Amino acid sequence: MTTTRKRFTAPQRLLHWLMAICILSMLFIGVGMVSTVTPKYLTLVQIHKPLGIVILVMVLIRLTLRLIYKAPALPPDLPEPIKLGAELSQYVLYALMISMPLIGWGMLSAASYPVVLFGSVHLPSILPLSPSLHTWLWRAHHYLAFAFFGTILMHVGAILFHKLIRNDGIFETMAPILTRNQPK
Amino acid sequence: MVESSKSPGSFRPGPLLFIASVIAVAAIAFAYTAGWLSPHRLTPKKLVAGLAPPGGPALGHRRNHAKGICFTGTFEANGNGAELSKATVFESGQYPVVGRFNLATADPNAKDAMVRVRGLGISIKTPDGQEWRSAMIDAPIFPVSTPQSFYELLTASGSKDPDAMKKFIGAHPEFLSFLGWAKSAPWTGSYAEERYNSLDSFLFVDGSGTKRTIRWSLIPAAQPETISPEELAKRGPDFLEQEITQRVASAPQKWTLVVTVANPGDPTADPNKAWPPDRHTVEVGTLTVQQIEGEPTGPCLNINFDPTVLPAGIATSDDPFPAARSAAYSRSYNSRTAEASYYPGNTTGGKQ
Repeated sequence: MTTTRKRFTAPQRLLHWLMAICILSMLFIGVGMVSTVTPKYLTLVQIHKPLGIVILVMVLIRLTLRLIYKAPALPPDLPEPIKLGAELSQYVLYALMISMPLIGWGMLSAASYPVVLFGSVHLPSILPLSPSLHTWLWRAHHYLAFAFFGTILMHVGAILFHKLIRNDGIFETMAPILTRNQPK
Repeated sequence: MVESSKSPGSFRPGPLLFIASVIAVAAIAFAYTAGWLSPHRLTPKKLVAGLAPPGGPALGHRRNHAKGICFTGTFEANGNGAELSKATVFESGQYPVVGRFNLATADPNAKDAMVRVRGLGISIKTPDGQEWRSAMIDAPIFPVSTPQSFYELLTASGSKDPDAMKKFIGAHPEFLSFLGWAKSAPWTGSYAEERYNSLDSFLFVDGSGTKRTIRWSLIPAAQPETISPEELAKRGPDFLEQEITQRVASAPQKWTLVVTVANPGDPTADPNKAWPPDRHTVEVGTLTVQQIEGEPTGPCLNINFDPTVLPAGIATSDDPFPAARSAAYSRSYNSRTAEASYYPGNTTGGKQ
């Protein structure tokens, strides 16, 4: 599943950084909205729902690009545990990016809320009204959000480690601009 | 910025400290956003906890307006609403309704005669997949002016300090106008004889994009008959539910939906303040309640009558309550649906 390319392709990098902004915003909006009863609550909810669908669409495009263009190979001298962590984290992040919007959509469906994106534009219900399904999905959405944020913090920590401590070229594979010469 | 390392073996704390601080700053920002660093923030959790009686909430039930009975029926729009709002629900036609008559109490077993405020929740669906939900009450004004004061009211009324209510009223004299209504307004013996008011204002957006601030009410076709609270207290604990069941079984019950348009300068952000009675009103249609169903098996049980579920053409206004209610109702819904096994109706026939 790797390519001899040294960097991800430009569309992949663009999607990565766009999604990074969207997902971080989404997580902050999510924890923020459930902690307030001010009119901000409605504004945040009204951003949360369509943004979730935008992320779902982007991750599906990104997954397709990934399957077509693949990823640059990890440096051969990377220690095995780090290599494993790097690969595993990508699976975890993709799983969260795909599942969180679907769980949110399903959760609203199972509670019989209309899934309004904006104005009269809304999505169909994807699940029947069910308190037990709703509870299961709502808890999953809640706990996975924290897991997602934790995973992102580790991802950021790891890439800074690769850049600042190992300087092994992994950061450059996804960097929006080239910050140094290509690794040998 | 930190220089990139030339020899990975030599330990330099700089980069590690930098990485740790990036993560720490992000985590603190997240915790702040979540309200964990702001114990005074009025959260949905606090607001909903404030509604609970001293013994804790009734598990499996709505955290307020816990006692109620479902109905189904129709909303027949006469087309007049289209001058104020482009919402499909105001185009001439008949749309299906699921609703719930209820009492403003956290106790699902309250005696009907003991609860002053009666309510009606409603969901109207149009064929284009849009939905309008509303939760109205029979009081003409809300007890207080802001969600924060409502929380203070809940805190004061649940307080052990005998002077708590006195202090609350001192700080929120607007509560007296609600008390005046509660003490003097006539009681009726039927959900069908009540007028139900949105209290909160909303925006109606017409086809040209013009926004008007409005409130609405459901005016009963049934003639209200005044009955003293003493007389009502002699009736059974569920007399309202029994009465409406029999009444609807013998004939559908109707309400006219009337929209009142605010004049410039009216108190649109404060549901504690009524608007002058001469404001422009438009009758937009008729609600017909055709069938009553007990809540345990009824279609309203798992519906959250969130007043911010609105079709295109209706939006929230500067009234801060719909947002607060939406946040609190959502929390109540998440809690009670997770406690569904505690809902006595799961063994059917628990009520009545």
